[in-house]
Amino acid sequence: MALSTKEIKELEQHAWQARHDIIDITGWSGGAHIGGGLSVADMLVILYFKYLNVDPKNPQWEDRDRLIVSKGHAGVAYAPVLARKGYFDFQDLETFNKFKSPFGMHLDCLKVKGVDVSTGSLGHGLPIAVGLALGARIQKKDWYTYCILGDGECNEGSVWEAAMAASHFKLNNLITFVDRNGLMIDGSTEEVMGLEPFSDKWRAFGFIVKEVDGHDFNQLAEAIDFAKAEKSGPVVIMAKTAKGKGVDFMENEVKWHYGGLDTDLRAKAKASVDRMYGKA
Amino acid sequence: MSEGLTWTVYDADSMTQAEIYGQVLCDLGDQYPEIVGLSADLANSTKIGKFGKKFPERFINVGIAEQNLFGVAAGMAKAGLLPFVSTMATFASMRACEQVRTDICYQNLNCKIIATHGGASFGQAGSTHHCTEDVAIMRSFANMTVIVPADGIECANAVKACVEYPGPVYIRIGRGFEPKFYDKDDYGFEIGKAVQLMDGTDITLICCGVTVLQAMEAARFLKENDGLSVRVLNIHTIKPIDEEAILKAVLETRRLAVFEEHNIHGGLGSAVADVIALSGKGCAFTKVGIPDCFCEVGYPEDLYTHYKLDADGVIETVRQVMEMDFEEDDDWEDEV
Repeated sequence: MALSTKEIKELEQHAWQARHDIIDITGWSGGAHIGGGLSVADMLVILYFKYLNVDPKNPQWEDRDRLIVSKGHAGVAYAPVLARKGYFDFQDLETFNKFKSPFGMHLDCLKVKGVDVSTGSLGHGLPIAVGLALGARIQKKDWYTYCILGDGECNEGSVWEAAMAASHFKLNNLITFVDRNGLMIDGSTEEVMGLEPFSDKWRAFGFIVKEVDGHDFNQLAEAIDFAKAEKSGPVVIMAKTAKGKGVDFMENEVKWHYGGLDTDLRAKAKASVDRMYGKA
Repeated sequence: MSEGLTWTVYDADSMTQAEIYGQVLCDLGDQYPEIVGLSADLANSTKIGKFGKKFPERFINVGIAEQNLFGVAAGMAKAGLLPFVSTMATFASMRACEQVRTDICYQNLNCKIIATHGGASFGQAGSTHHCTEDVAIMRSFANMTVIVPADGIECANAVKACVEYPGPVYIRIGRGFEPKFYDKDDYGFEIGKAVQLMDGTDITLICCGVTVLQAMEAARFLKENDGLSVRVLNIHTIKPIDEEAILKAVLETRRLAVFEEHNIHGGLGSAVADVIALSGKGCAFTKVGIPDCFCEVGYPEDLYTHYKLDADGVIETVRQVMEMDFEEDDDWEDEV
C-alpha cells in the first residue's frame, strides 16, 4: 500500500537525521564507510521505522523480525538508526572506533543492542539469513528475516550458495535487499567484476526480483509489501542507489567508500544534505 | 537422560564411530526438540542421515556448499535451535574455516560440529580428503571446544556431553573403520578431563583418537617386556586441555610422549608442549604425528605404521624417549 504523506514526511525526517548522524560519526571516529552508509540509509530507515516488528526495550524478544546487515561496513549507518530507534543513546556513538568501544565499524551483536548478527566479512549474511528463515519455519514462527547485501559483496560465491538454498527451500519468510550503488573499493562493479545482468542472475537462482529506486520510500514500501505477501518463494529487492547519497561531493565517487571528515567538511556535507531535504 | 541413552547397548564391535554418532543423535533428538541436523551432501557418509530419516523436518541438506552449511547453522542457532553439523573434517575446518570462526565462534553460538574422516582415516583418498590440520585450526578459535574421541563409545559420550555444554564444540572422528577401544561408556568421560588408562612412573604416553588403542597395546607390551612402568593418558579434549593431568605426569614420570593423527604442528602435541613450557618444569618430551608433510596415500593402518602411530611405532618412540637426556635442575653447565 502506498505510504501516506505523513508517513513519507516522518521517514524523510528520520533519513535526514540518519545522514546527519552518519556525517557526525564519520567525523568523530576518524574514518568510516560513509559512501555505502549513505547509500543504504533509506533502507535501514524504512525497515526500522515502518516494517521491522522489534522492541528496543526487549532486544532479544524471540518473536521479533530479524535483520542482517550483511554489508557490515555500513555500521556507520546502522548504529545511529538503532540509537534513534531507542536501543541506546546516540551520544554513546562518540566512542565509535575508539579503544574498548562497543562500536567498531563492523557491529558486534554481543556488544551492540539491536544487532541480530555480527557481520563485516562479506558474503556471510545471506547464509545466516537462510538459517534464520529455516529456523523460523521449523519452529512454526511467523517472523520475517531481512537481509541487506552490498552489490560488490555479490562477487562472493557464498552469496550464491545461499541464494540457491533460499529458493530450493522456497523461503517466503526471507526478504533480501541488494544495495545496488554500483561501486566497490577498486572501482565500479562492472569494471572490477561485472554483475550484470544482475537481476537475471537472481531470477536464474529462483528469486523474484523487484527493481526499485532505493532512495524512494514509496517504491521501497511497495516492494516490501509485495515480498511479505509473496508465498511462492524468496524475493530480492534490487535497490538502485547512489553511493554517498545526499552529500554532493561524495555521490558516486569511488574514493568516498571510506574516509574521514574534518569540521569544515562535516559542515559542507550537512549543508548538502539539508539542501536535498529542502531544509537549507 | 532417557532410557534410550545407554550407549553400550549399541553393538560397538560392528558399528563405526560415525554410525554410533548417528544413532546417538537420533536418541538425543527425541529428548531435545531443538536439535536440528545439517549436512552438505554427506548425510550418508557422516551418518547424520540417520537423524535426517528419523526427523526429516529437522534436517537440512544444503548440497555441496560448506560455506553456506556453516552460515545456515549459525542462523539456525540464532533462531534458538541447536544445530549439529556434519561434513568431512577437511571441509569443516578449511573450506568453511571463516564461517566457523566468524559466524559461529565470534558470535559464540551453541552449534556442534561433528567432523568425520579426520586425520588419515580416508587414507586411500589422498591429501584432498586427509585432514591433519583441523585441530590446530579449531583450537586457535576463541570460544571453541575441541574433542577427538578414541572410538565409537567415546564419540557417543562426547556427543551426549556436548549437548549441555555451552558454545561451539568441534568433535573430530574418523571414517568409521577404527577398532573399538572402550567396552563400556561409564569410565568417567568429562569434557576437559583426561582419562588415565594406566598408571605408571617411568613415562607418560599422551594420546587421542585412534592412537589411544595403539598406545595402550604398546604400554602393556613395554610393561611386560621392558619392565617399564607406563602411564597412559587419553586426552580426548584438546581444548580446554587438562593442564593438571599433564603437570602431574611431568612431576611423576618426567618423560612424556604424545601420539596423534595430526600434523606435529598445532595439535595435541603442541597443546601439551605449551603446558609444559609455561610450567617451567623440565622433562624428556617428544611428539609423534604426521611430520609436517602431506600424507602418503594408503589404507589407514598402513599409514599409521608408516608414521609410527601404531603400537610398534609407539614402542620404538618410548625406547628412544627413555634414552633421552633432559635437564632436571637449574644447572645448565653440566648439560652443555
